[in-house]
Formats: sequence, C-alpha cells, structure tokens
Amino acid sequence: MSRSSKAYIAGVYEHPTRKAVDKTIPQLHAEVALGALQDAGLSKEDVDGYFCASDAPGLGGMSMAEYMGLDVVYTDTTETGGSSYVVHVGHAVNAIAMGKCSVALVTLAGRPRAEGVATLGSRDYGNALPDLGFELPYGPVITNQYGMAAMRHMYEYGTTSEQLAWIKVAASQHAQHNEHAVLRDVVTVEDVVNSPMISDPLHRLDCCVISDGGGALVIVSPEIAATLGDRCTKILGHGEAIKHLKSGQVDLTYTGAVKSGSIAFEEAGISPADIDYVSIYDSFTITVLETLEDLGFCEKGQGGKFVSDGNLISGVGKLPFNTDGGGLCNNHPSNRGGMTKVIEAVRQLRGEAHPKVQVPDCTLALAHGTGGSIATRMGSSTVILGRNDA
Amino acid sequence: MTQSNRTYPEPSINMETEAYWAAAKEGRFLLKKCNACGETHYYPRAICPYCLSSETEWYEASGTGTIYTYSVMRRGDTRYAIAYVTLDEGITMMTNIVDCDLDTLAIGQAVEVTFKPTEGGQALPVFRPV
Ligand SMILES: [Zn+2]
Repeated sequence: MSRSSKAYIAGVYEHPTRKAVDKTIPQLHAEVALGALQDAGLSKEDVDGYFCASDAPGLGGMSMAEYMGLDVVYTDTTETGGSSYVVHVGHAVNAIAMGKCSVALVTLAGRPRAEGVATLGSRDYGNALPDLGFELPYGPVITNQYGMAAMRHMYEYGTTSEQLAWIKVAASQHAQHNEHAVLRDVVTVEDVVNSPMISDPLHRLDCCVISDGGGALVIVSPEIAATLGDRCTKILGHGEAIKHLKSGQVDLTYTGAVKSGSIAFEEAGISPADIDYVSIYDSFTITVLETLEDLGFCEKGQGGKFVSDGNLISGVGKLPFNTDGGGLCNNHPSNRGGMTKVIEAVRQLRGEAHPKVQVPDCTLALAHGTGGSIATRMGSSTVILGRNDA
Repeated sequence: MTQSNRTYPEPSINMETEAYWAAAKEGRFLLKKCNACGETHYYPRAICPYCLSSETEWYEASGTGTIYTYSVMRRGDTRYAIAYVTLDEGITMMTNIVDCDLDTLAIGQAVEVTFKPTEGGQALPVFRPV
C-alpha cells in the first residue's frame, strides 16, 4: 500500500565527531547542514525554511541563518529541550503543507564535552522563572531527578535494576558495530548493576554519554521529494505534548509520550504493533522504559518485563531500538538526543543502518524525543516515519 | 559524609513569593489556596493555576506528609536526598529529606517540615522523618 505523506525527510546527517575541541558551535551547525543537504542532493540555495533550538547561538534562527548564508522565508525555533528537533519535524510538515516553505533545514550542534560542561550541575535558567526558587535550593540535577522517577516506577510496578539494565545491554550490543560510538564495549546486566551508583537507583551505566557534535535534517515537499529518488522517507504522523508538575499533582511514572504518541499514531492511522523499528530517547534507561509503556508498546507497568531478555536487540528481540547505540552508547550531542533519534530511524527505513543491526524489510518506524526533565517539566514529541513505498 | 555538611543555595525570591520566604524565616510553612475554586496549588503563585483567579491566599500548612519518591545522590562530596513529599493538604513538592540515615529512607515514610539556613541567611523548608 502507499500512504500519503505531506512532506518527506530527504536528507539526514550525523556529525562523526564526538569531541570537537577545534570547532566552534556555529561551525558545527554549518557542517551538519552541509552534510544533510548533500545527503538530500540539494544545495543551500534550495533552503527556504530554517528550524533550530536554543543550542543555536544568537537570537532565534537569525544568527545562524546569517552565518550559513541562508535566505529563508520561514523560521521556527520551538524549544522543548532535547525533543526540539522531533517537534521541528512535525512543524516543518505543517509549514510545507501550508505552502509556507518547501525545503526545511533543521540543525543541532554543541560541544559540552570540549567545554567541560558536566550534566551533574544544576542548570540555572535565571531568576525570572517562577519555579526555580522552589527547586534549585534542593539540588535537583539531571541524574537524581530521573532517579526519583525510576524509584517511584519500581515502587508502583516492581520494576528492577536488572530490567532497566537490559536497555543498556541492548544499546551496547548495537553500538559495537558503530565506529563513531563513544562506548563500543558490549556490557552485561551484571556490568550495569555493578557499575557505581550515581543517584539511587541509577548506576553509571544507566546514564547516557556526554558528547559533542550534532546533526541535521532536510524536510521537503512531496513535489521536491519526487525529484530526489526513493531515499526520501515519508512522515506519516506527528504528536507533541508538554507535561509538568500539574500544580502539585505529581506523577513521575508516565511521560508526555502518552499524548504525543497517541496523536502521532492516530495521524498515521497505525498502531504500535505495526512498527518495525523504534528510536527512543534514552537520556537514562528509565526514560526508555516509561516511554515504551506510554507509547503503547506494552501495558503501563509492564515495561520492565518488556525490555528484558534482549527484546530490544536487533535480530534477537521483537522491538529493535536505537540501533546506532543511542544516547546510552553512541552520541548525545549538546545533551540533546532527539535529532539522532530521527536520523537512525531514517537510516533504518532506507536500509542504510549497519548490516549487523539493519531490521529486515523495515517499513514503518517511530522516533521519540523527551526534552527537559522527566521529574519536572518535559516536552515530548513523536514522529512516525515510513519507507518511500510504505 | 552526610547531609549536615551540605550548604543550601539561596532561593530566588520575587513579589509573588516573598511572603512564603518571610514566613519560613519565622519557622512557619505556608501554602497557597484559591478562594474562587478552593484548590491548593504548588509552587505558590499569585494566579491560581486551576482557574486563573487572582483570589489566592496564604495559609499555614500542617507541615506533615509522606515521601512520594526520593533519590540519594552518591557522587560529589556530600551525599544528599532529594525527594518529592506529598503533604496532608494534597500537593506534592520537591524537597530534601534531612537529619536521618539516608540509607533507611522509604517511599511512604511519614515526614515533617523543618528549616535549614541557606548560604545567604534565608530559611529553606525541608523534611525529616517523624
Ligand atoms: Zn482557583
């Protein structure tokens, strides 16, 4: 069958660097832009829409448009943390469908590793924000926030550290085949649960890597896609949602994926059982577990059982995930993992993933981003993508 | 090392929240409820997030509740427990659990408010096991 698509992903590029000591952030944005345009078979002059988030230096997209010499008539700088670029895919589809642009460029880049920015420290976004007086003094860092979510999930559903560890094991099985991955060693469940405890119940190997680099996407109209060949990937559905602390009615056992996923599935007209491959944002193992439940791949609370025994390993389990090694092993550029989730899903649908992890006859894929924090405010976004003939 | 070594950063205080922090300095723990819809919300705002009414009012809360979840940070110089505590008033707030053996904490444990001085002399509401 051939499904209709209002826009296509024509080009993707993941920067090969993982430590960019000799490059500036604008330079990295330009390098990934060029890579994605070359991948699409387009040039800079074809771009009429530019999408970026706050990792792009300057005010909105203006500074980077100038740096790269882009001449654009549409821009969107929606900021939802690491999920921004998944949001941008959906917004680019809308803009293209409305005739506002026809070639949309999305870029992400950063160098937290070269700059020595650990994710351990609290992020001070400024005193103007209303919530921070009631959070920052208590020392919320990324790890202990996700730790609190994991702790509650374990309490309510009996989820275990060993079950969470299977998520890292699957990522490491995939990363061994990725020459660019930060961590290429295969690890076992025992390795994960015996790695140093960072913040209960999350161990070092439950946490993603810190890396430099970036990535870019080129999203085009169906008319342009028709001239570029069958490497163009269909965008079949998109959903996004903000979830927060709800005035004090706190529940850390689910994510914004409950909403973003159901919206995306409805738009695509398919269900989780139809999906051949998933890219799931993996800032921590618990992020993946809750997201898989929320997207409907298993019942709420059954995520631990679902991810166990290699069920996420390509060629072994029923739901191959993050075949590039994900943020847990491969890459988490600028501490923002949504971009690379979309890129690996496109590789799978083109049949261009590493042969050892390529999903046979991969027709329908899902990419999901989680931005902000699972324990306070998060922006969730889901896209459902299809092979050119899907 | 224990939490007793920990220094608490200064909270950011503004016009909407200065009463909360002034009361904390006097050892009183305030919450805010809405006189239009009756709901208590957290963090406290001038505008009720349930109905957007500006008829919000401070009141002195019980200061007791239970641990909804927690995580003990084991990296860095000082171990400390971040937590969400569900208060008897029905809201759940981010806080620290203090003055106890951090290895004995449990979800559901009863806790009560206490106050710790911050670096700049403000008093910060935190919780300890009852
Ligand atoms: Zn109200």
